[in-house]
Amino acid sequence: MEIRELKKKSCEIRKSALKMIRHAGSGHPGGSMSVVDMLTVLYYRQLKNIDPADPHRIDRDRMVLSKGHANPALYAILADKGYFPVEELSTLRQIGSRLQGHPDRSKTPGVDACGGSLGQGPSVAVGLALGAKAAGYDSQVYVIVGDGELEEGQPWEAAMSAVQFKLDNLTWIIDNNGLQIMGSNDEVMGSGSFEDKFRAFGFEVISIDGNDYEQLIAAFDKKVSGKPKCIVAHTIKGKGVSFMENEVKWHGAALTDELLDQALKELDEQEAAL
Amino acid sequence: MSMTATRVALGDALKALGEVNEKVVVFDADVASATYTQTFAKAFPDRFYQMGIAEANMTGVAAGISEFGFIPFVSTFAVFGTGRAYDQVRNTVAYGHYNVKLAMTHAGITGGPDGGSHQSIEDLALMRVLPGMRILCPCDSAETHQAIKLAAELEGPVYIRCSRMPTPDYEEHPFVLGGSHVVREGKDVVLFTNGTMVSQSIAAAKILAEKGIDCAIVNLYSVKPLDEETVRSYAQKCGKVVSVEEHSIYGGLGDSVSMALSECCIPMKRIGVQDKFGGSGKPEELLAAYGLDGKGIAEQVETWLKK
Ligand SMILES: Cc1ncc(C[n+]2csc(CCOP(=O)(O)OP(=O)(O)O)c2C)c(N)n1
Ligand SMILES: [Mg+2]
Repeated sequence: MEIRELKKKSCEIRKSALKMIRHAGSGHPGGSMSVVDMLTVLYYRQLKNIDPADPHRIDRDRMVLSKGHANPALYAILADKGYFPVEELSTLRQIGSRLQGHPDRSKTPGVDACGGSLGQGPSVAVGLALGAKAAGYDSQVYVIVGDGELEEGQPWEAAMSAVQFKLDNLTWIIDNNGLQIMGSNDEVMGSGSFEDKFRAFGFEVISIDGNDYEQLIAAFDKKVSGKPKCIVAHTIKGKGVSFMENEVKWHGAALTDELLDQALKELDEQEAAL
Repeated sequence: MSMTATRVALGDALKALGEVNEKVVVFDADVASATYTQTFAKAFPDRFYQMGIAEANMTGVAAGISEFGFIPFVSTFAVFGTGRAYDQVRNTVAYGHYNVKLAMTHAGITGGPDGGSHQSIEDLALMRVLPGMRILCPCDSAETHQAIKLAAELEGPVYIRCSRMPTPDYEEHPFVLGGSHVVREGKDVVLFTNGTMVSQSIAAAKILAEKGIDCAIVNLYSVKPLDEETVRSYAQKCGKVVSVEEHSIYGGLGDSVSMALSECCIPMKRIGVQDKFGGSGKPEELLAAYGLDGKGIAEQVETWLKK
């Protein structure tokens, strides 16, 4: 897909995710919006051998959404790709639905790992990357981690092991949107520079505007050997919806019908302007 | 009847305790707006520690601060506070017998739409096996206030289990470690329960009364130590025992009750979350789906008694 088409796609994904959250009456719009662009590039350009008709295909690339609360963005893409019917999106978070409040790999086709308990995805991703190498597949493994999520200890244990095992088939993408639940990262637990930290751990670090398509593509395309890659994606929480951007209160709140209409209108305009 | 979620009461209770005890400090892992410890944070910003999303570290730090006479209340979702930080609770707090209070919320399946990853169905099992751990499970606002006050008075670790779903506020009654509260007298069967299941058991007893089944209900708010004497006497009086809990049937209140009764050979039925995880849904829908609303409890009791 060309960049213009990817951008159009991202508007559709954003609208779909917001509608889903509105319909569910709860969910996490802010952190869903910030990852739409990286997910769009991944699913419509980057990931190899992914097949809705065969979601468990062994040689596929893997995508672990460790910040699992952003799954409305992922579900919107998986439905668009045909992993399950688009109509099913309106069952998000409802009883009996395959679309759980947080990613559940045994319920939802196309979901590569469970999420919800923050900080666990990177370890699963290290295992996937290790396994792919050991079994002789050239699958790439991607893991999207929240900046607040990196306050957990486990990701740093995973980081050490990723470098130790020279996992050059592993890419961490840090959704560095600067916010979490109780305020900004700096207010809650200042993490300093992720670039410096991951470089010190031995990753190949690429710092980008994580809502910029040229930069995302260049970062994904950059070849690295002998070590894992870490893309520090500086993003805007709530990206694409004016009243949500950089607003901590939109971490976990459902929209009213009125605000949803306003958001959809804005996204339609952005799409039309492309 | 007014309704309050015990998580809301938790915030109020911590604030009330903070007003009379300046040694009380509260620890959060980026969820204070959901656990309501922000009520305390707003009143006492200097005694509130924001630890970020790092439950394991939070637990260890609380142990350390308690050495200087502070009474730390560690609070997050039950699933993370008892699960994610289990080894820290076990090997630092419990093994070291630190004066740390674990006040957790979103216990059971009534956490609702967030789904199974956020619903703790195993916290009682995890906490019960720890030597020296005391466990309190309040059913309403009054009991939550009493549980928090009691926890601060006790030396050593205490686990307090709170919920997200609003429940009815009952009249206050005495609340002591190892105590219980008889909610309803009855002669055919006794329901041992606590927390969110108290009101559902009352609803079940009403349904069963219409069918001629007279249920006693005992609220075992102190899961550990358990009021074994009351358990035995009501079991003997009624001759049939049912445990009702918003927890896995493995390792929770049912286990505690059957331990107390294992020498007296009285038939017992366990009602709780079967061998499965929770899922997304509205709290009431989930209770119905898991057979834990008044209707579901009544049906299970009736079917069992008929056997
Ligand atoms: C282990 C664990 N602790 C706490 C939570 C509750 N929680 C859900 S999202 C969130 C904040 C996440 O912040 P960040 O990683 O920055 O995500 P984003 O800003 O991308 O939404 C928290 C604390 C959780 N899901 N898991
Ligand atoms: Mg963030």
